[in-house]
Amino acid sequence: MKKIIVAGNGMVGYKFCEKLISKSGTDKFQITVLGEEPRPAYDRVHLSEYFSGKTANDLLMAKEDWYKQNQINLLTNHTVTNIDRFKKTVHTHNGKKYNYDYLILATGSAPFVPNIQGTDKEGVFVYRTIEDLEMIKAWGKKAKTGSVIGGGLLGLEAAKALLDMGLQKVYVIEFAQRLMPRQLDEKASAILQKQLEKLGLTILLNKNTRTITGNQAINGLTFSDESSIESDILIISAGIKARDELADKCGLEKGPRGGFKVNHLLQTSDPSIYAIGECASYEGMIYGLVAPGYDMAEVVAHNLCQPEQTKTFNGCDLSTKLKLIGTDVASIGNPFIEEPDAKTIVYEDKHKLIYQRLNITADGKYLLGAILVGDTEQYGMMLQTYLNKIVLPQNPENLLFANKATESSDNKNYLLNLPDEALICSCESVNKGAICRAIDEHQIQDVNTIKKCTKAGTGCGGCTPMLKDLLAATLKAKGVYLRNILCEHFNYTRQELFDLIRINRLHTYDDILNRFGRGHGCEVCKPAIASILASLYNDNILKQDTIQDTNDRFLANLQKGGTYSVVPRIPGGEITPDKLIVIGQVAKKYGLYTKITGGQRIDMFGAHLNDLPAIWEELINAGFESGHAYGKALRTVKSCVGSTWCRFGLHDSVSFAIEIENRYKGLRAPHKIKAAVSGCVRECAEAQSKDFGIIATEKGWNLYVCGNGGAKPQHAVLLASDIDKETCIKYIDRFLMFYIRTADPLTRTATWFNKLEGGIEYLRDVIINDSLGIAEELEKEMQILISNYKCEWKEAVETPEIRNKFRYFVNTDEKDPTVQFEPMRDQIKAKEW
Amino acid sequence: MNEVLEQTKWIKACRTTDIPENGGAAVKIGNEQIAVFNFTRTGKWYATQNECPHKKQMILSRGMIGCADNIPKVACPFHKKTFSLENGTCLSGEDYTIKTFPIKIENGYVYISINDEV
Repeated sequence: MKKIIVAGNGMVGYKFCEKLISKSGTDKFQITVLGEEPRPAYDRVHLSEYFSGKTANDLLMAKEDWYKQNQINLLTNHTVTNIDRFKKTVHTHNGKKYNYDYLILATGSAPFVPNIQGTDKEGVFVYRTIEDLEMIKAWGKKAKTGSVIGGGLLGLEAAKALLDMGLQKVYVIEFAQRLMPRQLDEKASAILQKQLEKLGLTILLNKNTRTITGNQAINGLTFSDESSIESDILIISAGIKARDELADKCGLEKGPRGGFKVNHLLQTSDPSIYAIGECASYEGMIYGLVAPGYDMAEVVAHNLCQPEQTKTFNGCDLSTKLKLIGTDVASIGNPFIEEPDAKTIVYEDKHKLIYQRLNITADGKYLLGAILVGDTEQYGMMLQTYLNKIVLPQNPENLLFANKATESSDNKNYLLNLPDEALICSCESVNKGAICRAIDEHQIQDVNTIKKCTKAGTGCGGCTPMLKDLLAATLKAKGVYLRNILCEHFNYTRQELFDLIRINRLHTYDDILNRFGRGHGCEVCKPAIASILASLYNDNILKQDTIQDTNDRFLANLQKGGTYSVVPRIPGGEITPDKLIVIGQVAKKYGLYTKITGGQRIDMFGAHLNDLPAIWEELINAGFESGHAYGKALRTVKSCVGSTWCRFGLHDSVSFAIEIENRYKGLRAPHKIKAAVSGCVRECAEAQSKDFGIIATEKGWNLYVCGNGGAKPQHAVLLASDIDKETCIKYIDRFLMFYIRTADPLTRTATWFNKLEGGIEYLRDVIINDSLGIAEELEKEMQILISNYKCEWKEAVETPEIRNKFRYFVNTDEKDPTVQFEPMRDQIKAKEW
Repeated sequence: MNEVLEQTKWIKACRTTDIPENGGAAVKIGNEQIAVFNFTRTGKWYATQNECPHKKQMILSRGMIGCADNIPKVACPFHKKTFSLENGTCLSGEDYTIKTFPIKIENGYVYISINDEV
């Protein structure tokens, strides 16, 4: 049996053992692992999670038994101090000797500590091992202000850790002109910086640290520009240096920037000694990422087992996608290449803090590199395009927006045009051809089945959006109609389920799940069915409170910090001075923040769960009703002041708005519904941006439907013009019920309308010309809902069993002790999370 | 004869009827907030930390429960991160974990042990 010694038990050293065992079993080699750290290899990439509650054990790559089971002799706390290449032995710090036939150096790297005065002071740390983190955690407890030298990935992670430990001020000090200078260009860094500043970090660029001040312990830093800061703790994260001390001692060649020099077989200048991971220098390059280290481990393990068919290491693609604190960052290929070698396409959104840059060949055919900050959804697609040298679509900029513009079929066609060999899942090496064949052969209709059949998407998961698109495109090309089923528990669309529940007159979620579903439900199907039940029967929703979405469950809007906001109904935005006073009194009594909403009513924030019934009791006694601001339900009917006061008003828009709001209050639907009534064409109520809007004309009213404000504004379309009030209400009844019956869950009328085949002509046919013969039915259903309306808050306050549900703890009457507010402009705001 | 064989220290948390069917509620034990779930459909009970590790909000007891591939889970009301009720791992693919605690039902009362996590 040949003897293998692995010097170093980090991630790469471990991976080498794992790969060697899986290829050779346990009887071909006798493996000894010498690790310097006190514990077996752990996941250093996710080291920061040690701060968020993971234990050292959780982070282990494999438990200690694993080494035993595989007959690997693991010796922790053993530092290799010398190698005798002639006798083929390694020496450890405790005077032991071990023989080898092959020696694998996986000694990794150590943090690079720049030559700054005072790095030996207490409170100065590096960020590499669990022990480092333990010390940081202990010291950080008494620190108020912290700083990190180094604005690279690890430095930013360390800074986030300091923030999370509760430090009041955290500086990131970067020597270069920008953050992450090796991955990001100037504009990308600027966007990242804004995002980090939003989190509370203070970023100092162009800063050369001169001295760490303080007596025994650090109390601050001074810089070469004479400026200084206070700091009770410092983490140095200024890069890495390879652990190559053994090279000088035993005469192995080193790379130009340090590290054991290796050839394409990862052999050092002594062919029986290999080096892998961060301690290896291949073609002058040290790879500080884990993926290239794993590739190296694979090459060496393979070659030791099958020397007749050697694999070689040929460098590594360094494209990376990182979940940085608060934002996603990715770089692909050559991120910096400029004209004349490449043309760049740049998208910069300073509002949403997104930056994307594509570098394409001068002829526009191929992708050479990319930078993504704030939105990395397209990373998988771009990486494939880059790695497979896939010809770009005619408008390469569509790569940036492909998933956003659902209407644009460019993206999906583009996927279909990829060659069969295009690698979709790089973790499991699954190409497009294999996925399409699986879809065909197994008649796959969902992404999970693709994952099971092909293993694609089971690694990092980054290609899942591509799988989804590929599935949709393949099925569409085959003419298969893709049903938008609710979730894994119901193989029905919302519309199908709506009809099944209606026809079978089912009233409870459990009955419906038992008859038409499987499993135990989830946060998707429960509220969807709760909404269907409410839209069919308009019964008090708290009879089945645990299937309601959070807001509905407590009849209030959950806000940051865990408190709720309260919105009484103010129909049409009309309110008496007396009622205004009551709102003021209630808000004052319960310490609530008040704000006028966009829907012409008043929102009161910061209410404790326990206080909700008492607050509502007072509001109800003053004549208020629930405003359903918490529900996927009719919200407000906004109005302009209309002909009662306005010189231009044609009709009394306020009275009509109040009538409409009272008619539909409490109506639950697939999504929220907003409406408005304007008294003339000046449209002060902005009715054309609502789910339905009414505008006065000389001869009557115009009815608009399916408008939307919000993220994707859309003008409402004219359904009927110059109609009288009664006709208008009749059409709205039909329109709303038709929408409620047929829309997918959580779909606003505008999105529903965009998917409606036949568009406004079809809708007009159904609503006005009754082409489906259901108009009367729709009106009747609406009438049932209207006559079943009761103020649910009144019921909740008056019914002890319901009122009893509004307790924060069930074993004490205490309120949530963790709720905290901060003062702002004479009111309060929720504490930042 | 009086040797303590059972090392788990059980704390009486609340009545079983305090926790809604197929739902959860919070209890306070010392200074800890614990979310208790009554998974009526399977007849099982679960106890976890009440704090969602994502934004550090005391909220999980107000989350909807259900299952994913037969793993019982709770969904955080804030951003719909889901966690296994069995072992606390995050099921929506992120690196969070929540603590789970031993729980038992006796004579209509819920008992929880918060000394040792499951």
